[in-house]
Amino acid sequence: MAILQSKTRRLAAAIILWLIGFAACASYGQTPDSCLDCHSALPEPLGVSQEKFSQDIHAQRGLTCASCHGGDSTSADPDQAMSRKAGWKGKIERKQIPQLCGSCHSNPAYIRQFNPSLRTDQLAEYDTSVHGKRLAHGDAKVAVCTDCHSVHDLRAPSDPRSTVNPVNVANACARCHADANYMKGHSIPTDQFAKYSTSVHHDALAVRGDLSAPTCSTCHGNHGAVPPGVDKVQNVCSTCHVFQSQMYEKSSHKAAFQAASLPGCVVCHSNHGIRHPTDAMLGAGPGAVCMRCHTPGDACDQARAGLFADLNRLDEAIKGADQVLAVAESSGMEVSEARLGQNQARDSLTKARVTIHSFRTDLVGEDVQAGLKIAAKSLQAGQKAMAERNYRRVGLGMALVAIGIMLVGLRLYIKKIES
Amino acid sequence: MASGESLGNPNQQQPPSVLRRRFVEVLLGSGFVATAAAFVYPVLRYLVPPTTSDLGSDAVVAGRVGELKPNSGKIFRFGNRPGLLIREASGEYRAMSATCTHLSCTVQFREDLREVWCACHNGKYNLDGRNISGPPPRPLEAFDVQVRGEEIFVRRRRET
Amino acid sequence: MSVLRNVGHWLEERFQWDDLVAPLREKTVPVHRLSYWYFLGGITLFLFVIQVLTGILLLLYYRPGANEAFESVQYIMTQVQFGWLIRSIHSWSANLMIFTAFAHMFSVLFLKAYRKPRELTWVSGVILLFLVMGFGFSGYLLPWNTLAFFATKVGTEITGQVPIVGKPMMIFLRGGEDVTGATLTRFFGFHVAVLPGLATVLILVHVLLVQRLGISIPPQLEMEWDANPSAKREMKFFPNFALRELMAWYIALGVLGALAAIFPWNLGVKADPFAPAPAGIKPEWYFLFMFQTLKLIPAKVWFIDGEVLGVLAFGLAGLLWVLLPFFEGDHPSRMKSWITGLAIFALTYMTGMSLYGHFAK
Repeated sequence: MAILQSKTRRLAAAIILWLIGFAACASYGQTPDSCLDCHSALPEPLGVSQEKFSQDIHAQRGLTCASCHGGDSTSADPDQAMSRKAGWKGKIERKQIPQLCGSCHSNPAYIRQFNPSLRTDQLAEYDTSVHGKRLAHGDAKVAVCTDCHSVHDLRAPSDPRSTVNPVNVANACARCHADANYMKGHSIPTDQFAKYSTSVHHDALAVRGDLSAPTCSTCHGNHGAVPPGVDKVQNVCSTCHVFQSQMYEKSSHKAAFQAASLPGCVVCHSNHGIRHPTDAMLGAGPGAVCMRCHTPGDACDQARAGLFADLNRLDEAIKGADQVLAVAESSGMEVSEARLGQNQARDSLTKARVTIHSFRTDLVGEDVQAGLKIAAKSLQAGQKAMAERNYRRVGLGMALVAIGIMLVGLRLYIKKIES
Repeated sequence: MASGESLGNPNQQQPPSVLRRRFVEVLLGSGFVATAAAFVYPVLRYLVPPTTSDLGSDAVVAGRVGELKPNSGKIFRFGNRPGLLIREASGEYRAMSATCTHLSCTVQFREDLREVWCACHNGKYNLDGRNISGPPPRPLEAFDVQVRGEEIFVRRRRET
Repeated sequence: MSVLRNVGHWLEERFQWDDLVAPLREKTVPVHRLSYWYFLGGITLFLFVIQVLTGILLLLYYRPGANEAFESVQYIMTQVQFGWLIRSIHSWSANLMIFTAFAHMFSVLFLKAYRKPRELTWVSGVILLFLVMGFGFSGYLLPWNTLAFFATKVGTEITGQVPIVGKPMMIFLRGGEDVTGATLTRFFGFHVAVLPGLATVLILVHVLLVQRLGISIPPQLEMEWDANPSAKREMKFFPNFALRELMAWYIALGVLGALAAIFPWNLGVKADPFAPAPAGIKPEWYFLFMFQTLKLIPAKVWFIDGEVLGVLAFGLAGLLWVLLPFFEGDHPSRMKSWITGLAIFALTYMTGMSLYGHFAK
């Protein structure tokens, strides 16, 4: 070519080409994670945005795409980056996921470098769970690590945005367990989440933000998720509801339910849709639980009626005293001491309701009597306040009479001196 | 009707004007005494200090020496809320708020556990009031205890 | 009666006050269909005396200080014998006194009793009215309950709106940047020492002036009686008017007792500075008309901040109110109807705004 005849021009062209080549290579070689360069621009399901991945706790700890997917993340060349020779795994098969995660998370020596107090038995637990066992038998629809923990934007459970933060756990489980279509072929119901959403526990956790309230994993376990089993349900409830469990343990119902293979607490209180218990559960109308099993008129039914009556009596006594105190208060009397006493009476009622789980009329009777004594004292205080109020009005009346006499006297005196 | 007309006859009735004047005087006198009494009586009663002393919301007498055995506790009233007075096995006294920080149940001292326990959801606190197990999210407010003579005074801790 | 006469004679020999007191014996009060309004001043004075007496009694048990005030008032209401009575009378009498003070001021305005030579009586009276409202504002905080705490916060906040001097004034009133226990101590000092001292001096001046200058006669009647002296009707102050005044005082006492016994003043809940303000916080009724006005002024009027404009307007109105009699000097007839019109406007405005403020959400 004529343009390259001259020596200088040949040198200049070489330098320019070299510079371009260098720039091209240099720019490729500068980013350590070449995967994101392309994959952040791709659409779902191949796309992972830089923004999303920056939230991931693994990315924040220095792991890269290649840490799980294999391959060469330094190379810009797709063939090089995603070569089998470089160990590229591609999309991980569902069946392989637990093993893959476990390859680090079951290795105490490795995990210790990042967080010495992080547990490393999750995979072992998972293998004992229903999910783990079914996965081993070929059911790929069960939950694996990424179904609950999410992937590429995985957050620590303590992060409120994490899919496995206590307030979000029920939603994570419901993604499969509340989907009737997905669960076709599996023989378990799909109404648990709907029922749980009506429960007191859900109200405490998701609405009031009380992180001590139970969610699915609290009773079923998280990695080793298995339903507690009919004979072990009581143990689960008793971790928080100690008194009720102790009472129940010593009661006649424990042996009876065990013999009939009935699931303890769940028989009366249900398992997922646990509502706030009411005294009506002891009654004979709607909401009554005893009459589901017991025959009307027998000894147990009579005991039940006695318990129901006792609780009602205490409830009425407390309400009655409250009413008198309210009237006294609105008349301007000071009854804060009695109001405090009422709190103690209410505590007695709560205790009596707990003692119901012993199913013994004598024990419940004791608690009810204690409460009735306090309520009676409060009622007395309220009545005293009302008596004091009346005394004040009588005093006022007398003072007004005295003033009246004075006024009449003055009027007459004025009339007299002006006549 | 001059009053002179009645002079000669003591049995004759007093003229109406004298009666009326006396009536008015009686009325005024008794009215004045009655209203003055109605005014003075409450004031005098008010001036006498009541037997129960007012310590304010800062301090209260929680109990008397000898009332509590070692390793036992009792609930006392502190302002509008319950307080817990504990006598440790060593004989030392401790006091703290008795309102559980979870759902406001009243806590109790467990002699067997030597801890403060809430019956509602199995929450536990140590003897400093710190929440150590179960649902309670915060410690119980700790109070100062002072034994003066026969009485055990519990005082709210001063804020700086 | 003769006992009193002997005592009087004994005192006269030692005080020799006969020639000082003599003019009082001759003092008269004009009698006409509007004479009943003349009782209001005396009733206000009587209620003030009641306040001083019940206030001193309350002082025996009340403890100022953020952690003791509420409890001490609770103690008075529940443990002290008849403490409920003393405290409720004090609270009710305060409200009644403010009402009668306003009524007294308006009656003087409509009866035109502020005219020369009584301008200084008016001036001292209006200043007393402001002092009485100050008593109300400072006393309201003393039980240290939630309503009082936040009402004080809002009230002092508004003072801070005044340009230039507002912020220093607010800090002076509050004893700091915020309403705290220091505010309580300061308000206590104002309420039991500063304001009573000032009020006593002004009351003495005011009453002395009334005694020296006599009771004013409404202008219409004045002209009639000048033309026809025989039509003039008056009664002696001692003992005729004084006895009637005494009857009014006994009635006031009865009303106070009934209010205290049947509608005891409530205690409320102890103030918690860290809790959020309760919704719809309002000042006491005697400040409602100003409060409601400030709420209705748009945020910006021209280039001036609305609230600042409102506060300045009320300040100016107050100042002009004090100086009212001096505007009537030179053009009697025109000014008179002008001031009467202003008085009617003020009365309707204050009543209307107070009602509005009370019923508004």
